[in-house]
Amino acid sequence: MSVWLVQMFNSLSVSSILLLIALGLAITFGLMNVINMAHGELIMIGAYTAYVMQNLFADYFPASWFGAYFILAIPAAFCVTFLAGLALEAGLIRFLYGRPLDSLLATWGVGMVLQQLARTIFGAPNVGVKSPEWLNGGLSLGGGVLPYKRLFIIGLVLVTLIAMYLYIYRSAAGRRMRAVMQNRQMAACLGISTRRVDAITFAVGSGIAGVAGCALSLLGPIGPSLGTYYIVDAFMVVVLGGVGKLLGTVAGALGMGVFNTYFEFWTNASLGKVLVFACVVAFLQWKPQGLVAMRTRSLD
Amino acid sequence: MKRKSAKKLAVLAAGAMLLLAGCGSNNGNNAAGSGSGQPTESGASQPVSGSASPAASGDVIKVGILHSLSGTMAISEVSVRDAELMAIDEINAAGGVLGKQIVPIVEDGASDWPTFAEKARKLLTDDKVATVFGGWTSASRKAMLPVFEELNGLLWYPVQYEGMEKSPNIFYTGATTNQQIVPAVDWLLENKGKKFYLLGSDYVFPRTANMIIKAQLKAKGGELVGEEYTPLGATDYSTIISKIQAAKPDVVFNTLNGDSNVAFFKQLKDAGITSDKLTTMSVSVAEEEVRGIGADVLAGHLTAWNYFQSIDSPENKKFVDAYKAKYGADRVTDDPIEAGYTAVYLWKEAVEKAGSTDVDKVKEAAKGLEFDAPEGKVKIDGDNQHLYKVARIGEAQPDGQFKELWNSGDAVKPDPYLETYDWAAGLSDSSQ
Amino acid sequence: MFKNASVRKKILVSLLYAIVVALLAFAPMLLSDFRLNLLGKFLAYAVIALGLDLIWGYTGILSLGHGIFFGIGAYCMAMYLKLEASGTGRLPDFMQWSGVKQLPWFWEPFRSFGVALLMAILLPMALALLLGFFTFRNRIRGVYFTILTQALVLIVVTLMIGQQAYTGGTNGITGFKHVLGYSLASPSVKTGLYYITLAALVGSFLLCRRLVRGPFGRVLQAVRDGQNRLRFLGYDPAKYQMFVFAVSAGLAGLAGVLFVLQVGIISPSMMDIVPSIEMVLWVAIGGRGSLIGAAAGALIINASKSAFSEAYPDFWTFLLGGLFIVVVVLLPKGLYGLITRSGSRMKGGLAGAGFRGRNRAVVGKDYR
Repeated sequence: MSVWLVQMFNSLSVSSILLLIALGLAITFGLMNVINMAHGELIMIGAYTAYVMQNLFADYFPASWFGAYFILAIPAAFCVTFLAGLALEAGLIRFLYGRPLDSLLATWGVGMVLQQLARTIFGAPNVGVKSPEWLNGGLSLGGGVLPYKRLFIIGLVLVTLIAMYLYIYRSAAGRRMRAVMQNRQMAACLGISTRRVDAITFAVGSGIAGVAGCALSLLGPIGPSLGTYYIVDAFMVVVLGGVGKLLGTVAGALGMGVFNTYFEFWTNASLGKVLVFACVVAFLQWKPQGLVAMRTRSLD
Repeated sequence: MKRKSAKKLAVLAAGAMLLLAGCGSNNGNNAAGSGSGQPTESGASQPVSGSASPAASGDVIKVGILHSLSGTMAISEVSVRDAELMAIDEINAAGGVLGKQIVPIVEDGASDWPTFAEKARKLLTDDKVATVFGGWTSASRKAMLPVFEELNGLLWYPVQYEGMEKSPNIFYTGATTNQQIVPAVDWLLENKGKKFYLLGSDYVFPRTANMIIKAQLKAKGGELVGEEYTPLGATDYSTIISKIQAAKPDVVFNTLNGDSNVAFFKQLKDAGITSDKLTTMSVSVAEEEVRGIGADVLAGHLTAWNYFQSIDSPENKKFVDAYKAKYGADRVTDDPIEAGYTAVYLWKEAVEKAGSTDVDKVKEAAKGLEFDAPEGKVKIDGDNQHLYKVARIGEAQPDGQFKELWNSGDAVKPDPYLETYDWAAGLSDSSQ
Repeated sequence: MFKNASVRKKILVSLLYAIVVALLAFAPMLLSDFRLNLLGKFLAYAVIALGLDLIWGYTGILSLGHGIFFGIGAYCMAMYLKLEASGTGRLPDFMQWSGVKQLPWFWEPFRSFGVALLMAILLPMALALLLGFFTFRNRIRGVYFTILTQALVLIVVTLMIGQQAYTGGTNGITGFKHVLGYSLASPSVKTGLYYITLAALVGSFLLCRRLVRGPFGRVLQAVRDGQNRLRFLGYDPAKYQMFVFAVSAGLAGLAGVLFVLQVGIISPSMMDIVPSIEMVLWVAIGGRGSLIGAAAGALIINASKSAFSEAYPDFWTFLLGGLFIVVVVLLPKGLYGLITRSGSRMKGGLAGAGFRGRNRAVVGKDYR
C-alpha cells in the first residue's frame, strides 16, 4: 500500500518538475513560436543563481539565517534569467521572429556559448548547493516518506501556474500579450508596443526557466551541462500538450509524468523512457496538434 | 543598404574567426606540419612551432594530453589534465626527461569518442608526440585503442575500469576490477550483508562490472535482489528508490556515473534513507564528486578506491600541498587525479631507464618499474601493463574527505581477465 | 553563343564545379595522411548535408533525427568490419566480455560485404518510408515532425545503448582491420577510400540535382511553400515527402558507410540529438535550398570545428557557438546566399523571410 502511495506521489512530483521546466518553454514556444534551444541553459543559470545566493549568505550573513537563502534565491533566479531573456531577445531573437527553425539553430549556438561561459566562470566540475534545513526530511504518510523538497516543488509549480494564469488572463499586460499573439497588426494599430510585449513575454518565459533551475538545485546536479538533461523533455511536454495553451502544457506534463513513473516501475528506467517517448510519437500520429489544440478555421 | 552592411559584417566576423583559428594552429594544409601546443595553466611550458620533428629532437620532448575539456565528461576530466600538467611542470623544474624539457600538447576530446580517436591520431601522426596521457570513459579508451595499436603509440589511461583488456600499447594506471570491485564485494559480504542491489548507469562499465559481481555473489553465497540501469544523465530517482525500498537489500552497489550520482544521493537522503539504514558502495564517487553532491548528503556512505586524499604519507602530503598551491586551496585530489599524476612520473622513469622515448624501448623498460606514488608504492606488471595497487575502502566524512576503513595491506596484483579467480572462469575468453 | 548571359553563367558555374572537384581530387598530394582522412570524413558529412538539404531546403521537412539513418548505415558496415576483424569462428570482443556465447542471427548476414553495403542503404530507407508513411499521411508537419524525430532519436539511441551485448553499447563498435582483404591502416587504402568518398559525393550531388531540377523539384518546393494548394491541384504531397525522405535517409546511410570506413568507429553518441542538430546546422550555414551550399557548409563547419578545437582546446565552443549565431542571424540564406546575393531567385527564397519576420510571430503558422 505504501509503495502505491509513494509511487502516486512520485508521478505527481515528476509531473510537477516537467511542468516547471516546460512552462517557460510553453510561453516562448507556444505563444511566440520561437524555438529556444537555450532554454536548458536558462535553467542552468537559475541553478547557478541559487549557488551564488548560497555563497553570499554563507559569507556575509550569520549562520542562523542560512536557511533563508533559498527563499531569496527564487526571486533572484527569476530576475537574473528575466534580464538574460531580455538581453537574448533584444540581441538575437527579435531578428528571428517568423523563422522558428532559424531560432532553433541560433539559440543552439547561444546554448553552447552559455555552457562554456558557465564552465569558465564556475569551473567544469559540479558545484554543491546545500539545501536549507527546513526543506530536509519528509512527511511520513502510511509507511512511505514524502520528501519536503518535492512537496515544495509541487507547491512552487502551483503558485507559478496560478501566477501565470492571473498574469495572462486577468491582467492588462496579459491582455496585451494575448492581443499581440492573436492579431499582431491590429494590436499595433491600437497602440500596443509590440516590441515591448515581445520582449516581456520572452523574458517572462526565461524567468520561469530560472525559477525551475533554482528549484531543481534541490534535487539534482548543478553543473554546466545541466540544461542538456532537461531540454528534450521540456519540448516533448510542450508539443504533446499542444502548442499555445497553458492547459495543454499542464495536461502534457501530467501525462508524461504519470506514464514515465509507471513504466519505470513496471520495467526499468531506460525502457520506461523509451516507452514514454514511443507513446508520445504514437499519440502525435493520432492527434498531431497535441492534447489541447487551438482550434482555428484556417486549413494550415 | 542595411542588409548589405549586415552581411559584410557577418562575413568579416566569420572570416576573422576562421583566421584566428588558422593562425592559432600551424596545422592547416601543411603536410609536414607539427602542432603548436597551447598548454593552459602551466606557465613553465612554452609552445613549439616549426617544421616536422620527431618527438624528442632538439631540446624538447612533446607529449600529448587528451581529455574532455567540454561536454558532460568535463566535470571529471579537467582535474586529471591539471594533475598531469602539474607533474610535467615538476619534472621540467627538476631538469626534464633525459635532460630535455617536456612540452605538453593539450587536446579536447569533447566527451565524444570519435573525437578522441581523431585527436589521438592527430597527436601521434601530426604532432608526433612521444606518449599520450588521456581518456576517462571506457568508450573513449576503446575508441583510442585501435589508433594506438595501429600507429604503435603509447597511451597512459588513469581511470578505474572494467578490465577485460590488456592492449600492448596502453598502460593502465587506474584500478582493474580485482583491485577495486572484487575486494569491495568480498568486504561487503563479510561486514554488511548478503543481499545486494546493483544500480548503475546504462553503459559498458556498470553492465560489465555487474556481470562480474553477479558471478562473485553466486560463488560466495551472496544474493542478488535487484539490478537496475538508468539512462546516462537521468536525474529523477524517485521510482528507483521506491524499488530499492521494496527489495530491502543490505547493500546497494552503486555504479552510477557523474551527474546521476548527485541526483541519486540527494534524493536518497530526502527519502529518509541514511547510510546507517542502507549501506551503499560506490566506485565512481570520489573527493571531486563530493563537492557536487554535498558532504552532508554523502556522509557515511562507502566508496572503494586505491587512493584517498586523506592517506597519511609524505609523498601524498607533498602531492596534495603542491596541487592545492597550484590550483587553489578548495581543490581536492582523488584517485584518477593521482593516477594521472603517477602515470607521468612512471613514463619519465621508464624513459630514463630506457634512455630513449622510443615506444618499444620504453615498454620494455617499464616492466617491473616501481615508483613511490602518493597512493603508496606501485609497480608496473609487465604481463598486462597494469599497476600493482593497494585496494582501499573509505567512508565519506562530513568534511568531504574519506576515512579509510580497510585496505588490502599488500598491493594487489592486477588481473584484468580475472584468471586467478575460479568463479570468474565463464566470464570471458581471454585469448585476445 | 557566349554573348548569351545565361549560357555564360552556366559555363562559369560548371567550370567552378570542375575546379572544386579537381582541387579535392588533388588533395591527397597536398595534405598529410591525417588531414586527408579528416577531409574524407568531411566529404562523408557533405553527403548527409545533401540529403538534408533535399528534404529541408527544398521540401520543407526539418528532420532533427538524421543521425539515426547515418548511424544505422554506419552500424551495418561496422558489423561487417568487426566480423572481419575478429576472424572466422570467433565472436567480436565486446560480445565476448558481455557473456554472449554465440553470434546472434541478425549478425550472420553481415559476414558479406555486399549485404552490409546493401543493408546500410536500404535499412535507413525502409525506416524512413515507414516513418514517413505514418507521419506524412497524417499531415504532421513543421515543428511537430521535428520534435517527433527527436523523440525517435532518443528511442533508438537508448535501445542501442541498452543492448550492449549486441551493439557494443556506449562504446560502439571499433577496432577494424580489413575491408575486402585490404588493410584499413595502409595509406594507399586510405587514399583509395578518400577517392571513393569523393566519387560518392559527386554522384550524390548529381542525383540530388537531377531530382530538384524540372517538374519534380517544383513539386517539392510546392510541398514546402503551399501544401494545401498542391493538394487542391491533385497531387498527393505525402508521396513526394515520403520519397525524398527515403532518398535522404539512403544518402545518410551511405555517408555512414563512408564514415565508418575512414574513421574506424561508430557509437550511439554519433546518432544522438546533438550530432543530428549539428547536421542541420551545416545545411543552415552553408545555405539551405542550394545543394552546393549545403555540401560546402558541411565542409566549412567541420573544418572550423577541428581547427578551433585544436587551436583553443579550452574555449573553442565559444567560437563555434558564436559562428552559428552570427551566420544564422545575419545570413539567413547561409553563406551561399551571400555569394549569389539574389534572395528571390534562390530556391530557398520565400518572400516572407525578407520581411525580417517582424510581423510574423503568429501561432499556428509555420514559416519553416
